[in-house]
Amino acid sequence: MEDGMSLVAGTCERVFRDCALPQAIALDPENGEWRGALWSALEETGLATAWVPEEAGGAGASVREGFEALRAAGRHAAAAPLADTLVAGLMLARAGLDVPAGKLAVAPVRSGDRIRLRADGILSGRAGRVPFGREAEHVAVIARADGGDGRGRGDGSDGGSGGGGGYRVALVERARCGLVEGSSLAGDPLDRLDFEGVAPLAVGGRPVSRDEARLFGAASRAALIAGALQAILDLSVDYSRERVAFERPIAKFQAVQQELARLAGEAAAANAAANSAAWALENHDAESDAVLVEVASVKVRAGEAAHAGALIAHQVHGAIGYSREHVLHRYTHRLWAWRDEYGDESEWALRLGEHFARLGADGMWPALTGI
Amino acid sequence: MAQAIQFDPIRLPPEADRLREEVREFLRGEIAAGAFDPHDPAGDAFNREFSRRVGARGWIGMTWPKRYGGQERSYLERYVVNEELLLARAPTRAHFTGDRQSGPVLLRYAPEHIRLDVLPRICRGEVTFCIGMSEPDSGSDLFAAKTRAERDGDGWVVNGRKLWTSGAHHADYMIGLFRTSPPTNANRRHGLTQFLVPLRTTSGISTRPVVNAAGGHDFNEVLFEGARLPGDHVLGEVDGAWKQATSELAYERSGSERFLETIHALIELLRDLGPEPGVREAEGVGRLIAQLHTMRRMSISVAGMLAAGKEPVVEASIVKDLGTNWEQALPDRVRRLAAFVERSERLDAVLAHDTVIAPKLTIQGGTREILRGIIARGLGLR
Repeated sequence: MEDGMSLVAGTCERVFRDCALPQAIALDPENGEWRGALWSALEETGLATAWVPEEAGGAGASVREGFEALRAAGRHAAAAPLADTLVAGLMLARAGLDVPAGKLAVAPVRSGDRIRLRADGILSGRAGRVPFGREAEHVAVIARADGGDGRGRGDGSDGGSGGGGGYRVALVERARCGLVEGSSLAGDPLDRLDFEGVAPLAVGGRPVSRDEARLFGAASRAALIAGALQAILDLSVDYSRERVAFERPIAKFQAVQQELARLAGEAAAANAAANSAAWALENHDAESDAVLVEVASVKVRAGEAAHAGALIAHQVHGAIGYSREHVLHRYTHRLWAWRDEYGDESEWALRLGEHFARLGADGMWPALTGI
Repeated sequence: MAQAIQFDPIRLPPEADRLREEVREFLRGEIAAGAFDPHDPAGDAFNREFSRRVGARGWIGMTWPKRYGGQERSYLERYVVNEELLLARAPTRAHFTGDRQSGPVLLRYAPEHIRLDVLPRICRGEVTFCIGMSEPDSGSDLFAAKTRAERDGDGWVVNGRKLWTSGAHHADYMIGLFRTSPPTNANRRHGLTQFLVPLRTTSGISTRPVVNAAGGHDFNEVLFEGARLPGDHVLGEVDGAWKQATSELAYERSGSERFLETIHALIELLRDLGPEPGVREAEGVGRLIAQLHTMRRMSISVAGMLAAGKEPVVEASIVKDLGTNWEQALPDRVRRLAAFVERSERLDAVLAHDTVIAPKLTIQGGTREILRGIIARGLGLR
């Protein structure tokens, strides 16, 4: 357990260590028994409902504590829908809906996917690349409401798709959705969910911003990335001290030291940015410029760190790290997968760049220092 | 195993935001009065009168005790003053080194009467410092320094040559690193001592300019020929300078000057792109902003850890490594993003300047390779 780690993160660390040690999974890849045990433990400890208030039956952890738990999950290459369940629970609770037990998914995940809530209360549209979609029992769908009833908060980020309806959170039974299975490059489910003609179990009375779920989703991926980078730094440092070549541990070679120092820098950047974004999401409104800048920045920077860091870790490990029975790929493949989920670096960079272009040359610095 | 690398999440306190507004207003007044040109690509000139006015505001040595002329304000407030002066390209050269580096060394290692004499003058912007470390055969390897200080009665006599000494031609004082004993077999770092060297009043010291590749005069050669220093000008332990470096390095390495040196290339790019840039340009700018924002958060984090009494030496090295590589790459990345837009003369001038100064950014104050060595040591690799 790290210094200063909260109780929530410490619990998450322990659950993953007890149920889903990445080394053990890598050595026995066909055995999936750990999955059920892990999820049961995440539910029993309240981690799965961390962001649902106590009065709504959840664990009532703070935003910051939830992100710390996700970093701990990242340190164990989490192959479970913890982040998605947290974000879905948060969105459902904030919309005033009851949060069902079990695994949850969020839709849409991609910025281009649109889901409509028709005036007759029926959904239309679909969401691609939903993490762990097939495993989810329920889905928190962020849908644009047709007609006057759904009018709510304006949403400046809605790339001009027209219409005046606000966004609502709809609770949907996953079994009612069409399902096309896919997988991430780490082999985790990444599925298409079809909502055409699906009637939600409930629709939140409060309008929400279209962005809020994606902001939390993107920050959740950054937290996972930050944790995984910390883990592969530790793995790489340990390995470099054990592995002997040319009659000394490879850690003694300056070329290796310099690369590991770079990896440490990338891990530090991802962790610092993830901390900062978590702080912003806890202390500012999701529609504020501060949250946009913090979340976009961390998704870009953590995504870049994921790429650079993964390659350094593989380089330091040599051939053994490229074998299926070694644990490293459980981390590096997820680093590459997570950087694509809830918007990749380019998508968030474009949004950030357009935001700062509007602020202009003389507005950039005041904006950056004002958040 | 190694200590964990830790960047505490730190936000600037409200008093820092108020101070930022004061600094911006002060700078607007200075620019209006013609004290400096905020669009001069070279920027950061030597301007004694400007430094005196900054001193009069209490913004030099602002974290130091009041009895030495300081304000006892926080590192986070100093951080804000520093970054606003940098952004404005204010002429801080006359006080920058004394404020950042030399003052803290004196505060820690100088005898009380010297602290009472020199520190208040730094705070008033009246004296300029330079750092006498590098020599012809000693750069990254500081412990190879050969310039000798030998005991002579109550004092010391210095002979030898310092090289690449930035700002020595303007400086009133040098903090010099001299050899007082040979290294030992057990410790090759043994035998060096830090001294306070009054450059104006000590005979036997001469300074010669060394023009840099960009055509500027910042570097100097400083020659010591029988220069006599009083005994009380020793800073810290004789032969033990190697023990004294740690926390100063954290101040020196983690500030915003380690990533803002070429920031005006990005600002002028934004000006040329206008409010509706193309996708390629907007995406490129967004990446740069994300990286800049992250650097700044890390740098503030180190300032906050210093304020809390920690010694984040490895973290500071990470900030300087990431930051200087970033500011070094920035001119070329801006150049690429500006490839298909109409470039203003101002952006041309900034890029011309920043491109040729870029090489020094990963050399000065600890090379990239030395920094990564420090990080590697922090990881337990050496």
